[in-house]
Amino acid sequence: MTNIGKCMQGYLDEQFMELEELQDDANPNFVEEVSALYFKDSARLINNIDQALERGSFDFNRLDSYMHQFKGSSTSIGASKVKAECTTFREYCRAGNAEGCLRTFQQLKKEHSTLRKKLEHYFQASQ
Amino acid sequence: MTRDQVAEELPNLAESKLTALVVDDSFVNQTIHQKLLNRLGIKNDVVTNGKEAVDVYCSGGNYDLILMDMDMPIMNGIQATKRLREMGIESKIAGVTTRANEGEKKEFMEAGLNDFQEKPLTISKLLSILHKLNFYVQT
Repeated sequence: MTNIGKCMQGYLDEQFMELEELQDDANPNFVEEVSALYFKDSARLINNIDQALERGSFDFNRLDSYMHQFKGSSTSIGASKVKAECTTFREYCRAGNAEGCLRTFQQLKKEHSTLRKKLEHYFQASQ
Repeated sequence: MTRDQVAEELPNLAESKLTALVVDDSFVNQTIHQKLLNRLGIKNDVVTNGKEAVDVYCSGGNYDLILMDMDMPIMNGIQATKRLREMGIESKIAGVTTRANEGEKKEFMEAGLNDFQEKPLTISKLLSILHKLNFYVQT
């Protein structure tokens, strides 16, 4: 990995490095901008999933659809741990396992929050 | 890949004046795909679903290349690709999606794609699309 270092290992994969390669004089903050878009988008999805789970009635198709979007944007930014939790959640959706979904979602939110803090620190340090 | 490396790879690309349409409902992917296209000097526009892509063409728009996402609200990539082909649109369409199982890929290809790449899109994958669709002239 380029400047990401050990603190990011496991949280970000080679896709993040691909994004860093796209950063140039025309867009010197490209990666930070994409990260901001990701966290804005993922906050919306987390909120949608939270509300769907709080209602108690598990619409697994809807939950899977939200998580498909979440996985997609996590993949695009290289958020490997978050992506892995999305995959697990979708497996539980397909199995109709509500408890598994709830448990995985809590873990996903932890990984997401950790990634956010790490990236905030990373961008501050690189200025 | 730096600009110089891209220029070496495709010396005539900058002169080709290619245009592309990004069709994707994710702002993250829109931003990344536009940046990839900009890096290759390809002028581009963005729409957020298949219906908007069809509407652009109905209004007289035209692009050399369409990067078509599969899962989108209102009209998905398969529906949009079929519709564009029914309209007689001959633009090259490359499907770009996270869905990679053979059945889904086959369905998307059969809708009328010229190429397919699994997300996330990278410079290498975009160059692969351009190579496959003969969008440059080798010297």
